[in-house]
Amino acid sequence: MARKIRVLIAKPGLDGHDRGARIISRGLRDAGMEVVYTGLHQTPEQIVEAAIQEDVDAVGLSILSGAHMTLFPRIYDLLKENNAGDIMIIGGGTIPEDDIRELKKNGWVSEIFTPGITIDTIVEWINSNVKPE
Amino acid sequence: MSYKIDEISSQKNTWLEQRKKMTDRDFKFETVSGFPTNDIYTPEDITGLDYVNDLGMPGQYPYTRGVQANMYRGRLWTMRQFAGFATARESNERYRYLLSKGTTGLSVAFDMPTIMGYDSDHPRSLGEVGRVGVAIDSLQDMETLFSGIPLEKVSTSMTINAPASVLWCMYIAAGEKQGVPSEKLTGTIQNDILKEYIAQKSWIFPPEPSLRIITDIFAYACKHVPKWNTVSISGYHIREAGSTAAQELAFTLANGFAYIEAGMAAGLDVDDFAPRLSHFFNAHIDLFEEIAKYRAARRIWARHLKEKYGAKNQKSWMLRFHTQTAGCSLTAQQPENNIVRTAFEALSAVLGGTQSLHTNSMDEVLALPSEKAVQIALRTQQIMAYETGVANVIDPLAGSYYVEALTNKMEEEAEKYFAEIEKRGGVLAAIDQSFFQQEIADAAYQFQREVDKKKRIMIGVNEFVNDDEHLEIDLLKIDPQIEKDQVARLHKLRSERDNLRVGETLDALRKAAAGTDNLIPLILDCVKAYATEGEIIQVMREVFGQYKEKPIF
Repeated sequence: MARKIRVLIAKPGLDGHDRGARIISRGLRDAGMEVVYTGLHQTPEQIVEAAIQEDVDAVGLSILSGAHMTLFPRIYDLLKENNAGDIMIIGGGTIPEDDIRELKKNGWVSEIFTPGITIDTIVEWINSNVKPE
Repeated sequence: MSYKIDEISSQKNTWLEQRKKMTDRDFKFETVSGFPTNDIYTPEDITGLDYVNDLGMPGQYPYTRGVQANMYRGRLWTMRQFAGFATARESNERYRYLLSKGTTGLSVAFDMPTIMGYDSDHPRSLGEVGRVGVAIDSLQDMETLFSGIPLEKVSTSMTINAPASVLWCMYIAAGEKQGVPSEKLTGTIQNDILKEYIAQKSWIFPPEPSLRIITDIFAYACKHVPKWNTVSISGYHIREAGSTAAQELAFTLANGFAYIEAGMAAGLDVDDFAPRLSHFFNAHIDLFEEIAKYRAARRIWARHLKEKYGAKNQKSWMLRFHTQTAGCSLTAQQPENNIVRTAFEALSAVLGGTQSLHTNSMDEVLALPSEKAVQIALRTQQIMAYETGVANVIDPLAGSYYVEALTNKMEEEAEKYFAEIEKRGGVLAAIDQSFFQQEIADAAYQFQREVDKKKRIMIGVNEFVNDDEHLEIDLLKIDPQIEKDQVARLHKLRSERDNLRVGETLDALRKAAAGTDNLIPLILDCVKAYATEGEIIQVMREVFGQYKEKPIF
């Protein structure tokens, strides 16, 4: 039997909007995943360190500060530099469509979930796209 | 009106017989906070209500019906639209635009680095400068922000908390430069650090030194800036984080009482600072629940201030409040529908007797509001004020069996929470135990689950969905060049100012922070020497330390 999917939910940036991050953390846990939540105000370096230390399969970044075009690529690069490029990056928050297209096109993020999505949709997506190794 | 309760009861029983035979829609008949509602309310539901003691007249204790004797017949609520983005210059232009369109008070939104006490060139500020509000690094930016706006004429609300003392000093100094003495300045700093630990999470220092700075502000304000609202005790963010209406009410007022107790413990007379405390509530989508919440808030505050804290000045008893419609009730889907939601929410605030109001723009779920969306939001208030007639009569829903029963229920629920907080050792202890945080997280999760399972309907999200939806409104974009320009301006300032003087003022602040002197005059000296916000906060951080939260979910 494959082990449980491990996910790090992280809040990069300076804002404190953690409602979404905490709901998703609990939702994924209730769906049987192992969830680590970083807490607020994490730097990209702290997030990447936590992802590697916790040996997660995916990192979920919750960003509502408008800094997504800086933060996603930065975390993507840091994971690669640390030989952890196999960790999948997903995201959520107030991120305009144009930016989502740009982020996905460059491979900086695998999927982005925007307001109005259900927890079950996210769970299904992770279950079919993230394979625990 | 005359009635006999037993006659009503017998009539109600007959009605119940008839009613039982009928089938109801499959729908959850409860408030948005999950309070079950009866299908009808009658005098039976408010038998204990004593008009004179529980309601009274507007402008009279316990102020359930409003804080002014003539309410909106004297002056309409202040239409205060929260705005701020990019640099001081761009925001200054937006303020002048808003003033020219009839807005009557300014409300400054700061960017995240400013809110967290970092200068624009700090590594943690990268990508965040000017994004969600205006970037202010020094007095120079504050001067630009209010250039051409006479500070003795406008009242300014600043949404700033952990570093509120610094931004407030910059405002006082900017006023001085315009020739306006601090005694004439009017406005508000949010300065509500307790709700930061509970909900909004923009903290810097631990709770104890944070409370000391706040009581320093109280003491300084009552001598030098007497017309300033020193704390805006905020439920808004507690609600946005996912709380229920009753939790918003209870946690906000509990925080307010904690400030009262801190001020009194610092040796101040409650009547010297309590009149300058104001409140800030959320206007969520459940119309009656919100109206009941505002009415209960006034009654609870008045009763506690008078009876528990012994305040004698009527102004200490009065709960004045600002309202903002609920950002969390808006949807990214079919965003134009948000205009309608916001209008209903604004109506609750006005029927509940708010002193000022911000109406959200339809596109706020997606980005910072565009100019057109901002105008529609302001026009919503103006239509309500001048066309609908809702401002003609004071507290028009008083006497409604439902609204009065719900107001009583709100008060009861809040008192239960006050008892629980007391049992836990007070607000600071409850924060340390993650009590508020967990209560809010539970409520938020439950709400989301209900939306997901369609037990709660959100139009355009889980019902009446447009499949082929694509966005037809223009979004405001922030040019990344703004960050570079702001950093360049900051570097220029650092090279041109008298750095010796900056060092002296910062050293003096460091010494005072380690002691017990009032910090405000020292922060003012730093600000006037053009020390930056980040430099001033760093000095205090070195003395006070940095707060760290236990991440729970």
